[in-house]
Amino acid sequence: MESDKIRLKIASPYREVLDVEVDEVIAPGEEGQFGVLPGHTPFLATVSVGQLIYRQGNQMKHVAVSHGYAEVEYHQVIVLLDAAELSDEIDVDRAERARQRAEGRLAEISPEEKDYFEEMAALDRAMNRILVAKI
Amino acid sequence: MANLKDIRKRINSVKSTQQITKAMQMVAASKLKKAQDSVVQARPYAAKMSDVLASLAVRVKPGKHPLLERREEKKVELLVITSDRGLCGGFNTNVTKAADIFLKERGTEDESVLLSVVGRKARDYYRRRGWEFQTEELNPGSTSFSQAEAIARPVIDRYVEGEVDAVYVAYTDFQSAMTQTVQVKRLLPLEPKALAEDEFPVEYLYEPSEGALLADIIPRYISTQIFRMLLESIASEHGSRMTAMDSATNNATEMTAKLTLIYNRARQAAITTELMEIVSGAEALN
Repeated sequence: MESDKIRLKIASPYREVLDVEVDEVIAPGEEGQFGVLPGHTPFLATVSVGQLIYRQGNQMKHVAVSHGYAEVEYHQVIVLLDAAELSDEIDVDRAERARQRAEGRLAEISPEEKDYFEEMAALDRAMNRILVAKI
Repeated sequence: MANLKDIRKRINSVKSTQQITKAMQMVAASKLKKAQDSVVQARPYAAKMSDVLASLAVRVKPGKHPLLERREEKKVELLVITSDRGLCGGFNTNVTKAADIFLKERGTEDESVLLSVVGRKARDYYRRRGWEFQTEELNPGSTSFSQAEAIARPVIDRYVEGEVDAVYVAYTDFQSAMTQTVQVKRLLPLEPKALAEDEFPVEYLYEPSEGALLADIIPRYISTQIFRMLLESIASEHGSRMTAMDSATNNATEMTAKLTLIYNRARQAAITTELMEIVSGAEALN
């Protein structure tokens, strides 16, 4: 298949989030951001909480993502995530409430408890959603 | 001939049962819609996950991860997925029947089966038969990915530790509101995708390392599979309940019609006898 586009598919366990043709994808890999242009060599990476950016023409779009995987093939990128939200779908109020809840709990428990990491991760995700929504 | 009052009572009771079955049918129909949507929504993720994993399994040597390892199946685990609630036709019995066949075939001398259950019906069924469970979970008619993960974790652990050599799942696959089929599928070890003759695996770049990625992705794949099976099972439960309740409602209608006929006949007979009595009484007076 010769084309200068990439087919980007994003799915979470609950739904298929996105299936579009794009020119470029920039994803937050666990070991740093990586960019994918058409014809990229096959590549499998873990994705961590952050924002995934894709470009269509000269339009940039943002997606808030959480932990997952990206499988890159020459003209296809499949991203499988625990959760993903497009920047215009994010419910900022809900994210804000989640942030406050996580902050409240973090203040109560000590860093040695095992819930601490979960709350940290929850806070991370909430902050990330707020950030992406405000772009 | 049955007494008039008894028949009337019977008719009323059938009618109120019918109201209940009708209501249950409608509730099931609306829940089915929701469950069906979530199955459809979840399918792309599960399908893509399978693709990614299948292509991984071809590239990676079996020794790279404990979950890719194949052993002779001496001890197997069966996970049975049913619902918590009854009144859904043959839904639960179909699953337990399939599971029973599996248990009979595999539970021979040189092979033993461990059992795990999801759903109150399977739990009660096998508890009555004296089974002990590795894992038991309820199935309240809705599920989440975290529940699937909670089920997957001990299953994976047992496989990695070598307590079991294979894991099978008995569940109901949702095809449509009318048709659901019981399936017994192997969950572990994983099946690498068969390559066509002209295909050959392309090497991948991995980030972070191949080992770390596999360690992360394979358990997640198992959770995804279990999640999908739970969703399929829930949708099937509602579909099956809807059909069962529909036919129950129809049967009730039929029954009321029959009973009304009997009732009217009895009533007529009573009137006739009464008239006869009056007539003969009047004749006696003359």
